[in-house]
Amino acid sequence: MAEVATEQQILAGLAEIIDDIVGIDKSEVTPEKNFIDDLDIDSLSMVEIAVAAQDQFGVEIPDDELRNLKTVKDVIDFVQNLQQAPVKS
Amino acid sequence: MSKSQTRVVVTGLGATTPLGGDLPSTWSALLAGESGIRTLEWEGVEGLPVRFAATLKVPPDEVMPRQSLRRLDRNQAIALIAAREAWADAGFAPSPGGKPQKGMEKAGVEGGFVVDLDRVGVVLSSGIGGLHTALNSYDVYREKGWSRVSPFTVPMLMPNGASGHVGIEFGATAGSHALVSACASSGEAVGYAIDMIRAGRADVIVCGGTEACIHPLQMASFGIMRAMSTRNEEPSRASRPYDKNRDGFVLGEGAAVMILESEEHARRRGAKINGYASGAGYSNDAYDIVLPDPSGRGQAKAMQRALADAGLEPADIIHINAHATSTPAGDVAELASIKAGLGEDVARKAVITATKSMTGHLLGGAGALESIFTILALKEGLVPFVANLEDLDDEVDLDIVRDEPRKLPDGPAAALNNSFGFGGHNVSVAFERAI
Repeated sequence: MAEVATEQQILAGLAEIIDDIVGIDKSEVTPEKNFIDDLDIDSLSMVEIAVAAQDQFGVEIPDDELRNLKTVKDVIDFVQNLQQAPVKS
Repeated sequence: MSKSQTRVVVTGLGATTPLGGDLPSTWSALLAGESGIRTLEWEGVEGLPVRFAATLKVPPDEVMPRQSLRRLDRNQAIALIAAREAWADAGFAPSPGGKPQKGMEKAGVEGGFVVDLDRVGVVLSSGIGGLHTALNSYDVYREKGWSRVSPFTVPMLMPNGASGHVGIEFGATAGSHALVSACASSGEAVGYAIDMIRAGRADVIVCGGTEACIHPLQMASFGIMRAMSTRNEEPSRASRPYDKNRDGFVLGEGAAVMILESEEHARRRGAKINGYASGAGYSNDAYDIVLPDPSGRGQAKAMQRALADAGLEPADIIHINAHATSTPAGDVAELASIKAGLGEDVARKAVITATKSMTGHLLGGAGALESIFTILALKEGLVPFVANLEDLDDEVDLDIVRDEPRKLPDGPAAALNNSFGFGGHNVSVAFERAI
């Protein structure tokens, strides 16, 4: 399992993924940004980003959760919560 | 020529081909008789019967960002590259970053003219579609499981994907169509575009063809049919239409796009007119799924119907860009069809070329690319010569351009571009010089 990451580390990792997949400059990716309205990321690209984020942060993002992740901060919180949760047996 | 209906003009041209990353470089290489055919350097290629192809001179990753290419099949990426060139060549303002702005309904044009995007359509064909995507995605699925397959797989593999992307690029809302008829696909695209403008459904059509399927499976599939040249030691000399020692076609990739426009619309905005797209004729062999009807009746009919559609007489035709793929049977059969279709006397006077000798066979891209070559030949009065034509087949008794480009006479002139496809599709498109 991946080590528990700080908010800054998750943000940096997510910014790198977004840059890699949709070519948005890392500095544009800040916590308050909405993926659709602010970053102009479409739903299929969000699926790609989610798959990459699962690999990078060692968490699983179910489809019904993905729908609720509307801003960069939503993802950071989601990842942090899961990483801090006890490991399932 | 037909006076009773809207005439269609060609106002923009673009291409990315085995000869060049744009149309000017492609055309100059073509006139110089260069070859776009190269040895393939794949792992495992030594097991294939054919180890060369006409690959793109400038691959899309040299001119497009990686992020765009993640969601575009190769055939779609190169269609966009050619379409952008054609769009700019027609004098339209560049698209706003590959996606229409919210609320954008009109595109600016140099000189202040505004185009109604509801009157702009797309007709863009691929014969095969996203073969690379389909096969690569299946590899990912088998190696990593379903959840690692790209969510863009379906739009990347569908054969109308290129047409869709080009429509999004320019915000063209009159309609988006992708005719599929193997190697006749983009000849039919040009014909359909002419019809859309004549029928009043659009003022401007971005039309053309694209293909990118040089993949081991395709080399194996065409190879097992014994359809391709096996001149592995001399790739650049492998495509040799009308030569006694021709032994099959050479698979090529590339995209070619032109902007067709109603003459009235083009003149109103003061566009550069490269020539007229005068009409198209079609027929179906209804004979065999891959072999052409040896009687040549279907091919001859397509040419006659193109003349009728364009309001031209056989004697108006001074040049033909033949389908001529360098197969032993097909090249000479087409010449017989030309004689049957136009009459012996006219056929003997027509200046005939086979540009697949340099570009290879672009399958669904061929009809559009060779239509562009036909327009440029009329416009510049110069027909490219057939490369590698060293020993003329004894059965060839028409005027094939050899050794150097041939000058065409000045004045009114018309030409045909033929494309024939597996399935029995025959299409011939007629063009006229703008005087």
